[in-house]
Amino acid sequence: MSESSEKNVKAKVHITLKNGVLDPQGKAVEHALHGLGFGGVGGVRQGKYIEVDLPQQSDKAKAKSQVEDMCKALLANTVIENYSVEVVD
Amino acid sequence: MNKVSAITPEVIKTHGLSDDEYKRVLEVLGREPNLVELGIFSVMWSEHCSYKSSKKWLKTLPTTAPWVICGPGENAGVIDIGEGLAAIFKMESHNHPSFIEPYQGAATGVGGILRDVFTMGARPIANMNALRFGDPKHPKTRHLVAGVVAGIGGYGNCVGVPTVGGEVNFHASYNGNILVNAMTVGLAQQDKIFYSAAAGAGNPVVYVGSKTGRDGIHGATMASAEFDANSEEKRPTVQVGDPFTEKLLIEACMELMQTDVIQSIQDMGAAGLTSSSFEMASKGGMGVELDMNAVPCREEGMTPYEMMLSESQERMLIILKPGKEDVARKIFEKWELDFAVIGHLTDTGRMVLKFNGETVCDLPIDPLAQASPEYDRPWVPTVKQAALASASVKDVPWPEALKTLMGCPDIASRRWVWEQYDHMVMMDTAQRPGGDAAVVRIHRSNRALAITTDCTPRYVKADPFEGGKQAVAETWRNLTAVGARPLAITDNLNFGNPQKPEIMGQIVEAIKGIGEACKALDYPVISGNVSLYNETDGSPILPTPAIGGVGILDDLDTMATVAFKAEGETLLLIGQTNEKDGWLGQSLYLREIAGQEKGAPPPVDLVHERKSGDVVRSLIRGGKVTACHDLADGGLLVAVTEMALAGNIGCRLENLVAKPGVLFGEDQGRYLVTTKDAGTVEAAAKQAGVSVSRIGATTGKALSFAGQSVELAELRRMHEEWFPAYMAAPK
Amino acid sequence: MKAAVIVFPGSNCDRDIALALEQSIGKPTTMLWHQDTNVPDVDLIVVPGGFSYGDYLRCGAMAAHSPIMREVKRRADKGTRVLGICNGFQIITEAGLLPGVLMRNKDLKYVCKDVLVKVEDSQSAFTAKYKVGDVLRIPIGHAEGNYFADEATLKELEDQGRVAFRYCTPTGEITDAANPNGSQHNIAGVFNKARTVLGMMPHPERLADKHLGGTDGRAMFDALVETLA
Repeated sequence: MSESSEKNVKAKVHITLKNGVLDPQGKAVEHALHGLGFGGVGGVRQGKYIEVDLPQQSDKAKAKSQVEDMCKALLANTVIENYSVEVVD
Repeated sequence: MNKVSAITPEVIKTHGLSDDEYKRVLEVLGREPNLVELGIFSVMWSEHCSYKSSKKWLKTLPTTAPWVICGPGENAGVIDIGEGLAAIFKMESHNHPSFIEPYQGAATGVGGILRDVFTMGARPIANMNALRFGDPKHPKTRHLVAGVVAGIGGYGNCVGVPTVGGEVNFHASYNGNILVNAMTVGLAQQDKIFYSAAAGAGNPVVYVGSKTGRDGIHGATMASAEFDANSEEKRPTVQVGDPFTEKLLIEACMELMQTDVIQSIQDMGAAGLTSSSFEMASKGGMGVELDMNAVPCREEGMTPYEMMLSESQERMLIILKPGKEDVARKIFEKWELDFAVIGHLTDTGRMVLKFNGETVCDLPIDPLAQASPEYDRPWVPTVKQAALASASVKDVPWPEALKTLMGCPDIASRRWVWEQYDHMVMMDTAQRPGGDAAVVRIHRSNRALAITTDCTPRYVKADPFEGGKQAVAETWRNLTAVGARPLAITDNLNFGNPQKPEIMGQIVEAIKGIGEACKALDYPVISGNVSLYNETDGSPILPTPAIGGVGILDDLDTMATVAFKAEGETLLLIGQTNEKDGWLGQSLYLREIAGQEKGAPPPVDLVHERKSGDVVRSLIRGGKVTACHDLADGGLLVAVTEMALAGNIGCRLENLVAKPGVLFGEDQGRYLVTTKDAGTVEAAAKQAGVSVSRIGATTGKALSFAGQSVELAELRRMHEEWFPAYMAAPK
Repeated sequence: MKAAVIVFPGSNCDRDIALALEQSIGKPTTMLWHQDTNVPDVDLIVVPGGFSYGDYLRCGAMAAHSPIMREVKRRADKGTRVLGICNGFQIITEAGLLPGVLMRNKDLKYVCKDVLVKVEDSQSAFTAKYKVGDVLRIPIGHAEGNYFADEATLKELEDQGRVAFRYCTPTGEITDAANPNGSQHNIAGVFNKARTVLGMMPHPERLADKHLGGTDGRAMFDALVETLA
């Protein structure tokens, strides 16, 4: 399948917690990094990274708006999360 | 045949076959195997799948009783629990994978044992686990505890089967080889039990569940090899569990089992597709032909060798009755699981694999199974230690000793562990973790199963025969202490390298001890698992034959718990204490207070065990006692404290000699009970020829004895504090 | 009263809540598969606990967007009572039936134990048999029960008395020590404006039977039966 489609558009989605929303996992990672002696660490926020393959879509702008819809509908919870979408070939 | 990959001595060695075993391969085949075939031999003849070192001795265990429906040899054992129902259970180890990747190792251990049980038609109703970790001070221990507990919870909580109990021990001998033994108990209709022997040439062979990836290739041979410092390099072969898919697989299989389409079924456990297809055909005296192009694969370009040896999780193999593919397919599609007809049974007695139109494997099944190695490995008996004179042991004032023991790693509260397990889902948990045995109600009834796992490895090390007896007796005692009638056990035998005669001696003598106790208590072994080579750089674990026991409570309303119920009740000790001094050899008092691990372990008098247990059980069932607890690690005062803490009611002790052996000795076959009617309890015990004595009364919020007293609040703090403080401490 | 329980792939408290309801109603509850398009005419819809879709992506997110939830929302708008317990609470917040979100517990671990909750409102079909200030013992079992909403939403919830239950001490005090997951304002359960939808992390069905160690949860189901009969 994948070899046959000439252009394989892929969206890279980053989902992060909004500022001000407590991130206990990020805090735990921060704490652990301090414990390991990484004194220069100021803060850590943990998020998600999702890749979406769009083999049917060759228009990058359309692809981006399509994936943004996916973020609003399912991939992110906009009560607490922000998202950003980057489309690559 | 396909192009033969060169089978060099190096290739043979990496497949874990000895020179002799490879010679036997050549004899069976009459030619050189190809790589696929060599891989199949290597997993089928691995210790994990063939039990080649232990088989000779396992055969000596008692496995039958009128209530045993199916003993060892199937995916799990089956017992009749009345009213047309069966309990199906087994315990299995996932030690090596859990050391390498604790979360996934433990999680997939839970997944595997669940499949062993539901593949036989039982809905899993309870999970247990017996865990052994290294010295708490060892740098890896905290990380391993955290990972294993999270993995067990992560999997069990998601599939929605309650994790109702288990045990956790620490000892330096497990520093490089932790033990993760998981047990599942399921409930089935006796007329809906499914077995694994294939029958009916032409019947379709169906693959269901998850797709096959390159996970854990050669896990079964890894689990049969000693560790060395390079073992952590093996991480990529550890399989990853998907409890969500397992939950769907359980529901889909339960639904399929309500129809009449299954001829036989088995889960794909260690060595996945190889062991399941081979064992099913072998048990039924059939041949099997599989089309490897039909196997659902997760990754591209997988070879038949990889497909046959993959240990991807959440997969099952089913032989359907003829023409039933569509009925089955519909159910698995509803649950969004893979379903593929990958072959059919034949009457050739051969295992034939086809890939891209070529035959890539053609093995004679019965000869391969018959030629499976069975060793009578040389063994030497363990040198027994002399009994320790209790009078020679350091005497510490009891309050100080008690506080130390209540907060020591092996006795401290395991709340930190079991609060991470959903122990209430399915709404039948009548006795939660922390008591003598978990009690799980039989759904929509007033009856219940009692379940426990036990083993005291330090006793087994000192005297494998007595230690083996003790492990069985302790499970029997724990089931009795909640009021249950013990029915059968599963055993999970964890030992070091059987090629060392002293380790083989531990295995042989422990099995003899287990067998002796099972016979005396009418308490057969119905399933089990053997895990050998638990050694790192030549240093073995304490021999750990973990026993899982199951019993039945005919009336849930008579169930006993350890908690003191009210003030002003009499506390009685039932069962014989050794002379006047008590037994301190191999006790926790000796280890934690005197800093010694020595002496003979407390012997188990099985005749006395049965008498004292039977009288206690009949008192519980007759409603004559208000609380009951067996005496184990830490002896009398620890048991009294546990009862007091559970009920938040104190106790005044009397009529006891203030000697460490009496207060903390670990003499076997003993119980504490509280009652409003001491006379009746005494009369019943005396009539049964079991010693009994009044040793105190429940009162207040402290434990007092011989002019000294300790507040429950302080004991509770000692008991509850250790685990969370240990886990929270910086690395 | 007629009740239905929705079953998603990965639900695992569906059978439990159905049994608890059956105890109070006296007849079996309808189970609805998530792909069922026909939702029968019922007085109560329960979104049960468990791990719908494995808790993958975000707890409750995928179930919240399944077709049946559109129908549940439609029914809720018309006044049908909806109860979301644990994962069900996560699902109905993700679906927008209730404000806020359930985040990871403050200590990051899954926790299963009995907790105490204070009844904050008895003016609903769910809580009619409790009194304001009652302290109930009800189990929790979750890793993501840390209720979060922005300040404005919290204020609205508090002003409108829409907090149903709060984690508390045995004497009913609202303290940090009594809060098992770090939820804002110790919130254990919230209502919608009309008090016809309730989402809660504790599992009332798990303590509605003396053999399981308590019956404080039973009154919720009895209240529903009495109110909606």
